[in-house]
Amino acid sequence: MALRSATFSETYAQDMALLRTRTQWVILLAFLAFLFTCPLFMDNTWLTIMIMIGISVISVHGLNILTGYCGQISMGHTAFMAVGGYASAILCGKFGFSFWAALPCAALAAGLVGLIFGLPSLRVKGFYLIMATISAYFIISWLFHFQLPVEITGGVFGRAAPKPEIFGIVLQSKASYYYLVMIMACLATVVAMNIVRSRVGRAFIAIRDNDLAAEVMGINIWAYKLLAFFIGCVFAGVAGSLLAHYYGWASTESFPFINSVWYLGMLIVGGMGNTTGAILGSVAFGLLDYLVIILAPIIARDFPAVGPQASASLSLIIRGLVIIVFLIFEPRGLAHGWHLIKAYFQLWPFSH
Amino acid sequence: MTKFLELGISGVSVGIVYALIAMGFVIILKCSQAFNIAQGHIVMIGGYLGFTFLVMFGLPLWAALLAAIATATVMGLLIERLTLRPLVGKPVIAVVMMTIALGFCILEGLAILIWGGQYKAYSGVIPTEPIRLGEIHVPAATVIRAILAAVVVAALMLFFRYAKIGLAMRATAEDEQVAQAAGIKVTTVYAISWIIACVTGVVGGILLGAQAGVSLSMADLGLKAFAVVLLGGLDSIGGAIIAGLIVGVAEAVAGGYLDPLTRTGGLSTIFPFIIIIIVLIIRPYGLFGTRRIERI
Repeated sequence: MALRSATFSETYAQDMALLRTRTQWVILLAFLAFLFTCPLFMDNTWLTIMIMIGISVISVHGLNILTGYCGQISMGHTAFMAVGGYASAILCGKFGFSFWAALPCAALAAGLVGLIFGLPSLRVKGFYLIMATISAYFIISWLFHFQLPVEITGGVFGRAAPKPEIFGIVLQSKASYYYLVMIMACLATVVAMNIVRSRVGRAFIAIRDNDLAAEVMGINIWAYKLLAFFIGCVFAGVAGSLLAHYYGWASTESFPFINSVWYLGMLIVGGMGNTTGAILGSVAFGLLDYLVIILAPIIARDFPAVGPQASASLSLIIRGLVIIVFLIFEPRGLAHGWHLIKAYFQLWPFSH
Repeated sequence: MTKFLELGISGVSVGIVYALIAMGFVIILKCSQAFNIAQGHIVMIGGYLGFTFLVMFGLPLWAALLAAIATATVMGLLIERLTLRPLVGKPVIAVVMMTIALGFCILEGLAILIWGGQYKAYSGVIPTEPIRLGEIHVPAATVIRAILAAVVVAALMLFFRYAKIGLAMRATAEDEQVAQAAGIKVTTVYAISWIIACVTGVVGGILLGAQAGVSLSMADLGLKAFAVVLLGGLDSIGGAIIAGLIVGVAEAVAGGYLDPLTRTGGLSTIFPFIIIIIVLIIRPYGLFGTRRIERI
């Protein structure tokens, strides 16, 4: 095989393609082949972790567009997932929709609620916006928990979300649900990648880098900020719906506030403003979960005094430490490291 | 009217503690431009420290407060040196994420690890029998709490007015580079501001815990303190005090009159968040904050 000196593009189509070389195609196909054969060799623990990773990939893509690309920090992401989860559970359970009809409606509902709570972003940014989105979380979850009619939301108990069904087959087993989640995650990735390199994505980046300058250049900040909220929350709605149907139950306990923190953490660890980063971050946090599953019994055995709470506190502390370490030492996240590795191999043997 | 006055007094007493917690936040923001989302978790840790010193070690109130303040000092130093110092000059989101990770992950994780994360009551530490003022009944704990919080607030005001380091902190808040040129060690100022935030948070936690006990959900009080901070204006200490009183009273009165009207779960639980949204939409710089003018 002849050594390649660089990737040359001869047409615009080639230049704009997401996958530009044969190696990239091979790696992608190998990865997809691995992804879709996982249930064949993974046990239930790993499948659960993989399903959770898949769902958070979808959610983090949304947050990445909103926070990483458009610069609107949102700590209410879980609330929009909850809207999606509840919407789809209510549509399926009360109005007899099929899952496939309820999913888009759930996404739309989450997007619309996101629009409402995105309104403060027109006036405020940075810390103020964080406060607004935190408030959004607590108000939305309070509404679901206490205030909306119990016949619809199920009040404090939440509402059953039936398992989805395709061609008469109910996706009851973990493996079948895994395929559903992974297909959605792949779709979400493709959509997210293409949104951010379109006109809309470039407008988001301009707003993130300097919103006043963006406005001067003729970008309608008002419309694009709301659009960012809408798109981000649509992703959240899809993820929330998948999560609710995975648990078989939509309740405010399935969507705790701390998850918003984890999604931001995944974004930091993966690399903000980078679609690969969203995936890497979600995977990293999934693997941390597994680490806790392994470590907690060991800690509980060696330090009996903290035994019962070892697992809960460890998962918090380990994730927190990882976020802190990345913030201090590698703010550009895993995606940057991934980029360095790729560059090394591309330039090899002339890496310096 | 009696009910209104009782609610008002208990609101004032909670409000002073809110003001105390909010002051810690404002001081950090003014001195080092860092938004400290972890303030609520510092309060929660304070509540647990109070439980440890008052109930487990059985110290009297004054000794427990001193011990807690000493612990808070160490905590503030460690937090500043290990997590915030490396981020000086980094973008807002990095600092915010750092304090989020610090509060929601590290401090909460430690609270679960050390105290099991369970509800702990301080039984019989502070007298609870009511004091009668004419028609009005006020729990003694409420009065003690209001007095203690007011003392700490006053001490801080004096500190900023007369102590040399307090003046240096005000100078740094005014203009960091000029302060540095005048020979003020800005890193020390950062460290002191974190220490003060931790001390106010911890004292606030003990005062609140003394009446209602302490649990992990006490960290949500920090979120209420944000309502105070936003209402008062992000960079105004006086604003924080006045807004603390307003939010405390509004919450108590809303709890007393509106909760019976709504379903279970009451409006008062999310009252602070409604305040936040309203303030952000109508007057983002708060009652007394500096209005920001942006230029390219």
